[in-house]
Amino acid sequence: MKRVRPARVILSIVGIVVALVWFFPVYWMLNSSFLSNVVLTSSTPTFFPLGGNFDNFATVFQGGTFLPALGMSVVIALVVVAVCLLFAFLAAVAISRFRFRGRTSFVLTILFVQMLPAEGLFIAQYKLMSSVNLLNTVLGISILYIAAVVPFTIWMLRGFVAGIPADLEEAAMVDGLSRTQAFLRITFPLLAPGLVASGVYAFLQSWNEFTVALVVLQDQSSETLPLWLRGFIQASASKAIDWGQVMAASTLVAIPVIIFFLLVQGRMTSGLVGGAVKG
Amino acid sequence: MTAATTRLTVPRRRRRSFAPYALLIPSVVVMVLAMGYPLVWQLITSLQQFGLAQQFGQPAPFVGLDNYIRLATDPYLWTVVGRSLLFCFVTAAVTMLIGTLLALLMRAVPAAVRIILQITLLLAWAMPVVAAMTVWTWLFDWRRGVVNWLLTAMGLPFQQHNWLQNPLSFFAVASIIVIWMSVPFVAFSIFAGLTQVPEDVLEAAEMDGATASQRFWRITVPIIRPVISIVLLLQVIWDLRVFTQIKLLQDSGSIASETNLLGTYIYQLGAGSSDFGTASAVSIFVLILTIALSGFYIRSMLKEDAA
Repeated sequence: MKRVRPARVILSIVGIVVALVWFFPVYWMLNSSFLSNVVLTSSTPTFFPLGGNFDNFATVFQGGTFLPALGMSVVIALVVVAVCLLFAFLAAVAISRFRFRGRTSFVLTILFVQMLPAEGLFIAQYKLMSSVNLLNTVLGISILYIAAVVPFTIWMLRGFVAGIPADLEEAAMVDGLSRTQAFLRITFPLLAPGLVASGVYAFLQSWNEFTVALVVLQDQSSETLPLWLRGFIQASASKAIDWGQVMAASTLVAIPVIIFFLLVQGRMTSGLVGGAVKG
Repeated sequence: MTAATTRLTVPRRRRRSFAPYALLIPSVVVMVLAMGYPLVWQLITSLQQFGLAQQFGQPAPFVGLDNYIRLATDPYLWTVVGRSLLFCFVTAAVTMLIGTLLALLMRAVPAAVRIILQITLLLAWAMPVVAAMTVWTWLFDWRRGVVNWLLTAMGLPFQQHNWLQNPLSFFAVASIIVIWMSVPFVAFSIFAGLTQVPEDVLEAAEMDGATASQRFWRITVPIIRPVISIVLLLQVIWDLRVFTQIKLLQDSGSIASETNLLGTYIYQLGAGSSDFGTASAVSIFVLILTIALSGFYIRSMLKEDAA
C-alpha cells in the first residue's frame, strides 16, 4: 500500500531526463546515419530520421576501404580470442587447481601487468616490432594484444575454474577416469559460460583497441576499424566531411560490440571490482 | 607417525609437480615477449641518448640520468604533468559524483524508470571508444554540430564556435566525453554495492529518529565504502593515462603542444620526433605513477584471491 509520493515522481522525471541525455549521443549516431548529407548540412538539425534510408551504409560498403579494415579487425580478434582463451585456460587451471611455489608471485604479476598502461609501453613495443619486422602485421599486433588481454582473462577464468568443485573430478577419477579424462568430461563442460565471458572480453579489447594499433599498424593497408574511423576524424579537421557516412560507419563498428557487451556486462563489473561487491 | 598422517591428509595435487609450471609457460612467454622485453628496453633506453641517428644504426651513448634530469628541469614536462593531474582529478571527481548520484537515483525510482536508465547507461558504456569519439566530434562540430545549434537557439553566442581551439574548452569537451563513458561503470558498481545495505537496518534507524542524511552517512556510506574506494582508484588510474580521447580530439583540429597530456606527449616524443630516450624516460615516469597507484588495488584483489 504505497501511495505515490511527489518526491518519487520528481525523481522519476530526473531519471528519465538523465537517461535521455546519456542516450542522446548513441541516438544521434543512429539518426545521422540514415540522413543524407544535404539534410545534415542544413542550418537546423533534423531530430528524427523521417525519410531516411540506408544509402550511407551502402556507400560505406562500396567505399573500398571499409571491408579491408573490417577483415583486419576480424582476423586479429579471432586470433586474439582463440590464443588468449587457450593460454588463459591453462594458466587458470594451474593457479586454481595447484598450490605450487611461485603461485602468489605469478598472481601478483598478472594483476600488475594488467594495470600497466599501454601509454607507458607503446613506444618500446613499436621499437620491438620494428626490430623483428612485424610492424603492420597481424602476427605482430596479435602478440601485443594477447599479452595485454591474457592477464585479466586468466583472472576471470580462475574464478570459474575454482567455482567447480575438485571433488567432482576426484569422484570421476575414483570411477576409473584418468585425470585428463575427468577434466575434459566433467570440468570442461561446466566451464563453458566462463570461456564465453572471457572470450567476449578478449574480443571487445581487441576490437576497440586504438593506442597500440596507432603505432604498430601505420600502413593504410593494415589499418583496423578504429584506425579507419580515425581517418574521418582527421579529415574533419580540414574540410567538411559527410557525417552521415561516418555515423553509418561508426554504427557498423559499434553494433557487434554492443551486442557482445550486453551479454557479459555483469561478469566484467564483478571481475573488476572483485571482492568489494558480492552478489 | 605424525609425518605419515600429514602425508595422508595432504591432497595429491600438493605434491611437487612440474605440471603447474608447464601450464603457465604459454602465458608467461607471451607476457615476457610483449611486455617484459619492451619494459627492459625502455628502462635501458631511458638511460641512453637515443634519437634519429640511433634509428639509423648509430650506437646509443649511455648518458646516465641525463634524460631524467633534462626532463625534470623542463618546464613543459611539468606543465603536462600538472595538466594531466588536474584533468584526472576533475574528471574522476565529477564521474564519481554523478555515478554515485545515479546509483542512488536507481534505488529510489520505480522499476520501469530504473530499467530505462540502466539500458541507456549500458549503451553508452558499450560504445567502442573510437566510434564514440566520431559521434562526439560530430556533436561538437563547429559548422553543423548540434551543441552549437542548441546553445545558439538558447540565445547564446555560439554560432560557428570552435570548441577545440581554446585549450580550456578542449579539456572541458574531453572531460565531458570521458565522464559520459565512465559514469555507467561507476553507477553500476555502486548500485551493486547499495544492494548490500540491509533494508531493516535503515528502517530501524528511521524509527529511532535518524534523518535521511544521518542514515546515508552513518549506515549506507560505511557499507559501500570498499566499492567506492576501488572504483575511485580505477577512475584515477584510467583518467591519468587517458590517450585515445585526447589524441582524437587533437586530430580533429587543435594545437597538440597546448593540449598534450602525458600519453599524447609520449606519443609525440616517440612517434613524432623519434626521441626515444626522452620518450622512454617519460614512459617510465608514467609507469611508476601507475604502479604506485595500483598497489592498493592489487592488494585488495589479492585478498579476494586468498578468500
